[in-house]
Amino acid sequence: MRRVLIAAIAGLLFGLGLAVSGMTDPDKVLNFLDITGRWDPSLALVMGGALLVSVPGFAWARRRGRCAVGDALGDPPSRRIDGRLWIGSAMFGAGWGIAGYCPGPALADLSLAGEAIAFVVAMIAGSQIARAWMRD
Amino acid sequence: METPFTPISALIGGALIGLAATLLYAGIGRIAGISGLLNHALEHREGRGWRLAFLAGLVIAAGGWFAWSSSVARSGFPWPWLIVAGLLVGMGTRIGNGCTSGHGICGLARFSKRSLLAVVVFMSTGILTTTLLRHGLVVLP
Repeated sequence: MRRVLIAAIAGLLFGLGLAVSGMTDPDKVLNFLDITGRWDPSLALVMGGALLVSVPGFAWARRRGRCAVGDALGDPPSRRIDGRLWIGSAMFGAGWGIAGYCPGPALADLSLAGEAIAFVVAMIAGSQIARAWMRD
Repeated sequence: METPFTPISALIGGALIGLAATLLYAGIGRIAGISGLLNHALEHREGRGWRLAFLAGLVIAAGGWFAWSSSVARSGFPWPWLIVAGLLVGMGTRIGNGCTSGHGICGLARFSKRSLLAVVVFMSTGILTTTLLRHGLVVLP
């Protein structure tokens, strides 16, 4: 139960941060990527602001070695850099650069009951297609 | 559409996102990667509860802010491009194991080389794609 409560608070903070930062406006994201056009550098400061907190925060958590509920820190297994990482990240960036949505802001924008619904349905479909491919 | 540079709200919002990622990591030892959380919540019963709680919190808090600030959804963006973008983001984050949050905020905070490469690659293809579609092919506004 404590895990669910901590996750819910983290989710609320995450959603609030996305909305306050303006990254839930896909045009603002596209304008960040449009460096030769209507460039809006805000997204760089969102990343910067996040890392200002998460870099020392993660370092502190790692020094403690365990998390608050007592489990070991669940770091993703370290793997090498492979073709999948290159291809997947390149495809993600291309999709991001078309519509201005990455997964977090797309989910946040579901609350606006607009185009984000169609985007999220397509995103889930894409993820399942890739999952089926990679199983072969 | 033009958007103004908003350094203060970007920094404050970013800090909140960093705080949320730190809370999830220090609190329950997990990485706040949205694509991975969503995939897992849809596919596995085990560990679904806290993931759904996180995702619900994200949508509710953003929705509250939108209601307070009278934000509305973008309209008029071409639907076929929206679907293609969604498919690419879904496939790409599955194949590359992460998105802006997992690789960008948590991965960089863990000094992961894989995440650093992922960020450089998706930023580059993002910039190339937006530039090509807006200024090269001029198919998007």
